[in-house]
Amino acid sequence: MSGENWLFQAFVYLAAAVVAVPLAKRFGLGSVLGYLLAGVAIGPFGLGFVGQEGEDLIHVAEFGVVMMLFVVGLELEPALLWRLRGPIFALGGLQVMVTAFLAAAAALALGLLWQEALAVGLILSLSSTAIVLQTLNEKGLLRGEGGQSSFAVLLFQDIAVIPMLAVFPLLATHGADHDAASHAATTWTAGMPPWAQTLAVLGAVAAVVLAGRFLIRPALSAIARTRLRELFTAAALLLVIGIALLMTQVGLSPALGTFLAGVVLANSEYRHELESDIEPFKGLLLGLFFIAVGASIDFALIVAQPLLIAGLVLAIVALKFGVLFVLARLFRLSFDQSMLFAFALPQVGEFAFVLFSFASQEGVLGATITGPLVAAVALSMALTPLLLLVNERLVQPRFGTPRQTEREPDAIDEHHPVIIAGFGGFGSTVGRLLKANGVPTTVLEYDSDRVDLLRRLGLKVFYGDASRYDLLASAGAGEARLLVLALDTPERTLELVHTARRHFPHLQILARAFDWGDALELRAAGVDHVYRESLDTAARAGADAMRLLGSRAYRAVRAAQTFVHHDEAALDELYQHRHDFSVYLSEARRRIENLERIMLADREDRSLEHDAGWDAESLREEVRSIGMSRAPTAPGGGVSGQDT
Amino acid sequence: MARLLILFAHPALEKSRVHRRLIREAQAIEGVTVNDLYEEYPDFQINVQREQALLLDHDLIVLQHPMFWYSTPAILKQWQDLVLEHGWAYGSRGNALRGKLVLSLITTGGGEAAYQHGGFNRYTIAELLAPIAQTVRLCKMEYLPPYVIFGTHRMDEDAIAMAAARYRRLLLALRDDRIDLAGVNGSPVLNPAVAMLLEG
Ligand SMILES: Cc1cc2nc3c(=O)[nH]c(=O)nc-3n(C[C@H](O)[C@H](O)[C@H](O)COP(=O)(O)O)c2cc1C
Repeated sequence: MSGENWLFQAFVYLAAAVVAVPLAKRFGLGSVLGYLLAGVAIGPFGLGFVGQEGEDLIHVAEFGVVMMLFVVGLELEPALLWRLRGPIFALGGLQVMVTAFLAAAAALALGLLWQEALAVGLILSLSSTAIVLQTLNEKGLLRGEGGQSSFAVLLFQDIAVIPMLAVFPLLATHGADHDAASHAATTWTAGMPPWAQTLAVLGAVAAVVLAGRFLIRPALSAIARTRLRELFTAAALLLVIGIALLMTQVGLSPALGTFLAGVVLANSEYRHELESDIEPFKGLLLGLFFIAVGASIDFALIVAQPLLIAGLVLAIVALKFGVLFVLARLFRLSFDQSMLFAFALPQVGEFAFVLFSFASQEGVLGATITGPLVAAVALSMALTPLLLLVNERLVQPRFGTPRQTEREPDAIDEHHPVIIAGFGGFGSTVGRLLKANGVPTTVLEYDSDRVDLLRRLGLKVFYGDASRYDLLASAGAGEARLLVLALDTPERTLELVHTARRHFPHLQILARAFDWGDALELRAAGVDHVYRESLDTAARAGADAMRLLGSRAYRAVRAAQTFVHHDEAALDELYQHRHDFSVYLSEARRRIENLERIMLADREDRSLEHDAGWDAESLREEVRSIGMSRAPTAPGGGVSGQDT
Repeated sequence: MARLLILFAHPALEKSRVHRRLIREAQAIEGVTVNDLYEEYPDFQINVQREQALLLDHDLIVLQHPMFWYSTPAILKQWQDLVLEHGWAYGSRGNALRGKLVLSLITTGGGEAAYQHGGFNRYTIAELLAPIAQTVRLCKMEYLPPYVIFGTHRMDEDAIAMAAARYRRLLLALRDDRIDLAGVNGSPVLNPAVAMLLEG
């Protein structure tokens, strides 16, 4: 490929994206559909700028999916992953098995051999991680119950690809096409006996986990110390590519490997840097991937057999939708969350392209079967954003949790002075306190079950991701005076602070912080009223401890109050000196130093010890030493009188 | 038998020398209710209903506290502001407390001589307590001459022990109606009457 041609290609792709995506977003279609349409437009059946290389491009761009899973992993702490293990294995497992079984049965009924039917069923059971996560994330739906379940299922599917790759060669019905550079032959483990392969796989996983723990962190900290931003970016890319390479070599899905690495690094201090470094690459490659999918839709085939293709797409989507919805209800998701779940996952995923080509290489499926199916898969992917739009516009308003309460005809919709974002333990306490004192509040919340409950109780609740500008605007942020932030993570809180500061600078922000670290971050982000959630309650527990040990109640309460003030002052002090710390000091190191400073300040602040005003000791001493000779200087006086 | 309620206010009893001893005596006497305000309401959230019920249940209310800046500790002021409600304690329809007796029982760092016209403190104890006396009157109760333990700054342990013993006998006498309250009215402090009673 000549240099000029390469530049031209890049120009075409980027131009298509830059034109189509904002247009699609403008019409509320979301970026994924925008990229897909851009792909169609420049593809062989549109303007014809790109030819058949669209499919090769898919393989390159699939790397965007790998990166996306790395970022997803970074955002998932191991603890959360552990909590999701139920949905991942039970819901995900059932989804794959039931869908594969039903699809295979249908294929069998259509006259395929059982081996072929099984392969087709397995492939069709997968959904598109790239499209679903991107779209749900964009709509702020990933954090709700339906979103979480979708994520869990997608994760399971990514795991399920591995055994599928292993099983396919056993399903071969005709000679395998091994002359073509076959997938399996390029890996290190290809020639090994099965037990060695298994060992290699386990070893690779262990290597990723251990390296993440003990090797990558110190390496990253060494790189961070060079203070060369681009070097850190290079290291982040190197990390992702390296892991992907390792995983492919042992026959594992690279996406799964990088996801694992992401999870291992989720607790590290470099999480945010890694995330922000990978993010743009991920976005671009994913965009490229969607464009490629759009460009590779074989319209010739569709035009030749429109009924067959349309029937296939419809049957696949309907079957998957049905299975998803029934499973969601079985797993006790609410009706609207089940709808979201079923509308999000009924397409067939990008792994299908890989698996179809692998299956034909291995002699499992012939071109007459894969041809129409590949077209149907691509169409089902293109349909997803549209389906989600249908869900959002037609289904949810009717059955689901509406984004905002319909205006009651008799109530004047006056604007509430206070907006509370997040109505968990903290937010609801603030809200109830204000309501009890006649201050009306507007609530933003993304847990739909909670939203329903609150609305039934007559609160004005908006449903969705509070850090989105449009939700804030429709909740009346333009007219409100105070914004109370009680979201469940520091990241989301900061996100919202930035949005609010940018678009609604007049809003006074009261933010809940979790600890010293994010209290400082919030202060630095321009929030004047920061409330560390552990401070007051912990001080009260301390006071009660004093009481239980025999202290007077009032002394304990005073001690706690004094301590809280002292602690706030110490935080202030720390904030003033925040620039003394090196920015590149690791988070953990900084936390220790903070604690050290605080404890030193505790020792120096003498007011913590006693309320000197109530101490009559020095007074008594003065009275005794002065005796009767000199004029007293204290209230009451030292002049000796009768003692009665 | 009179039912005694001691409204006790000392913000730092752990530092007290005198009241600590006194209140221990009071708590040991049957028929005397000790309401330790700082212990009960460390956050100053006074339970008005509880306080009013307590008042209704007793005949003689003792306001016991150290003299702080010629006045009461802060919580006693808060107590007055919140508990003595209009329409309940005072006003044309506020008769709940009518006829009860109120006695201030105070310790002062300064000696008795200092609380004289021309003395260091320029005013007598009775004068300094005028706001309380008037509050009590407005609530249709009777205010007795205060009982004052003077000169605590100079008291040693023996003196404190003696003061505590006298205090105990005073409470018993009040409980058993052995003090001629009609006779003491008009005297500036209760101290001489108590001395006479205890010696006689
Ligand atoms: C804040 C404060 C203010 C005081 N003001 C006075 C006063 O105005 N007149 C006086 O005679 N004594 C005054 N004193 C002395 C106290 O009355 C004295 O220490 C107390 O009665 C001793 O009792 P206790 O040992 O139970 O605390 C004051 C003491 C403190 C701590």
